[in-house]
Amino acid sequence: MIYSVVGYYALILGLISGSILTYFSVQNFRNSVILDTKILSLSFLQLFFVVISFFGLVLSFVVSDFSNETVFNNSHTTKPLFYKITGTWGNHEGSLLLWLLVLTLFVFIFLLRTNNQSIKYKILTTIFQQIIIIGFFIFLLKTSNPFNYLFPIPEEGLGLNPILQDPALAIHPPILYLGYVGSSIIFSSALAATSLRMVSGSWATHIKNWTLVSWIFLTLGILLGSIWAYYELGWGGFWFWDPVENVSLMPWLALTTLLHCILVLEKRSILTSWVIILSITTFTLSMCGTFLVRSGILNSVHTFANDPERGLFILIFLFVLIFISLFIFFFFHKEDQKNSINLFWLSKESAIILNNWFMMYFLSVVLIGTVYPIFLDVISSEKISVGPPFYHKLIIPFLIPFLIAMAIGPQMKWIKSNLESKKILIFLLFISILISYLVVKNFDKNLLVNTILISSAFYLFFITVRDFFTKKFKNISQNIAHFGFSLLILSILFNNLLSSEVIANLKIGESYENSKFKIILEDVNQRSEKNYNSVVANFKIISSDGKINKMSPELRIYNQPNIVTSEADIKTSLMKDKFIVINLVQNQEYFNVRYQEKPFMLWIWVSVLLLSMGGILSFFKKRI
Amino acid sequence: MKDRLIPSIIIISFIIIFLIFYKGLQETNIYTPKSEIKKDIPIFSSVKFDTKENINSSEIFNSNKFYLLNIWASWCVPCRQEHSYLMRLSENNKITLIGLNYKDNFNNAQNFLTKLGNPYETILLDEDGTISIEWGAYGVPETFLIHKNKIVAKYIGPLNEKLINEINSIIK
Repeated sequence: MIYSVVGYYALILGLISGSILTYFSVQNFRNSVILDTKILSLSFLQLFFVVISFFGLVLSFVVSDFSNETVFNNSHTTKPLFYKITGTWGNHEGSLLLWLLVLTLFVFIFLLRTNNQSIKYKILTTIFQQIIIIGFFIFLLKTSNPFNYLFPIPEEGLGLNPILQDPALAIHPPILYLGYVGSSIIFSSALAATSLRMVSGSWATHIKNWTLVSWIFLTLGILLGSIWAYYELGWGGFWFWDPVENVSLMPWLALTTLLHCILVLEKRSILTSWVIILSITTFTLSMCGTFLVRSGILNSVHTFANDPERGLFILIFLFVLIFISLFIFFFFHKEDQKNSINLFWLSKESAIILNNWFMMYFLSVVLIGTVYPIFLDVISSEKISVGPPFYHKLIIPFLIPFLIAMAIGPQMKWIKSNLESKKILIFLLFISILISYLVVKNFDKNLLVNTILISSAFYLFFITVRDFFTKKFKNISQNIAHFGFSLLILSILFNNLLSSEVIANLKIGESYENSKFKIILEDVNQRSEKNYNSVVANFKIISSDGKINKMSPELRIYNQPNIVTSEADIKTSLMKDKFIVINLVQNQEYFNVRYQEKPFMLWIWVSVLLLSMGGILSFFKKRI
Repeated sequence: MKDRLIPSIIIISFIIIFLIFYKGLQETNIYTPKSEIKKDIPIFSSVKFDTKENINSSEIFNSNKFYLLNIWASWCVPCRQEHSYLMRLSENNKITLIGLNYKDNFNNAQNFLTKLGNPYETILLDEDGTISIEWGAYGVPETFLIHKNKIVAKYIGPLNEKLINEINSIIK
């Protein structure tokens, strides 16, 4: 009770300090000789209030204060403490409060750490950032107050959705939000820099670190979400092209492109329009993601709330931001004609621009696949859903030149270069084609396409491996990231090619056998835990080489709320994951068993980790 | 001229996107299969449970009131569960409850009603289950909400608090 009240008033005080902060910033902007110390203190004060408010909500969850509507809807006394805490951001209201927390935290760090830029720029960035923050404050207080009071006070809460009770998912939202919200700083500072006409190489150096930070967190956030989907949803995949997944992929694509553009801007002071537009796009896509997920306009596995009022608010807010940025872009930005002409086709920057266009293409495919069903529904009230085949068909062919450009690009120099060591490059290409042909030959499907695809991935792989030896520590971060990417594509391709799946209905004692393995359902146990009861089925799996594995997938029947979930049993090894999941068939004594062998699953996670490792190294390189 | 053209095109396209999203928000996206809604009720004839006289469907669903056709049986355990909700619903005079007694024994059914109460205005017999097939029912219990000779909603399985609230909000 007390925590909710404190939290609520802290939120209002945060809004007030935001308004005062904006007022002083505008004042300070007019006569900006020195930075008003009030700005920094007010920014700290705002952060302090939001932290208080956030802890108010966390404590309400910890003590199970059901007079708070958010706690009542999402918690239960029997829930373990860890999930009581993580339940704070496992719902609409709490996750928006987390957004706000990260927003205010980032603007404070921005003010604290930006030293070598002009005062006007710092103030203007703060003003743009405050517009976003105040928008979120109003959104939170008006349509999704996390501290609504309930009377009479319910005895017990409704419980957290069991599929959200998972360690990977517990930290997935905060990490993802650090990435999303980090892009807000890029957005505000790009707008500020455009209005002050100071988009230049030195600005690029300054904003690069912010881009890297958001990129690292976004990559890790997507990774965690993907791991969660693999372990918890029990569909045996890691990416489903679900709208909500796409919504996190789109800012990632924009941000990755932005990162490369910023490198070009830093070195050559060109591509200013690219950088500005991508900065705006990245944040707009993050916001658009929030809109699509929160408004319930999409039908998806993780739709949270279905409330048109909230959707309307974010929609208007989003488009206000879009129009402000369009206005600033068209009004203030004049592309410098001198620099953009001198582009030699064989140079690092043209390779980057080429791949930027590919990235934009991938981004549009994902965007269309996600948004088109909504448009069609509105215009013709026809319901369609866009599935993996659409994305695969449109993306895979273009992955081939993309990978090759990614392999050759880093070999070139800035401005103008003759490709050195051409022989080695051609030799490696030849080797890659040969290896992939030999590998793909064994599976008789789509020989040509698969060979070309796998050889381009192998090509990138070999070239990055070679670079580890020839270039040593020069550009090590870029090389690790590109190496990680080639590994990711290879793992995904081989995972797709070599996976095998069996679906069978088994009773206790029965078995299923094919040429590769034999599955025996040995017995079934019942078990009872604090917040659920479970049925554990014990399987013995004998592979063709005589190895015996015991696997025990589980069916959990949660009591609050009453939901059945399937917990897959997954045996991970270096080369192959074994994945088994059971489902109950209504009124039957047998179980529906799905068994999959998925090679290289571990490598998918490892390669994404490598990818973000590249970013982390690049972030810390200058500091050491 | 060209300088203004590109910004205006972009701004206009964003306004169109905004309008489409805005319209998208107004529509509910609770998906109801088209085949089930607003379907005409089947025409059938049956026997009344208590008097055993023949009756035609047009004689039952003859006014513009709301009707609730509930398929039930005394041997069906979930039917017991939903019965209290039906009793409560029968107090509402905006809706008429019709029972369809599915493949049942007369004495058991009568016991069931004397013990738990009779929420139905009329009870029809469906001894061989053909009428239920006409209605497109999957099993017992199943409930149809009828208005102006059309099926407005269909509920498979026992009714619960939430569904009763939904029905109450429809007939309001």
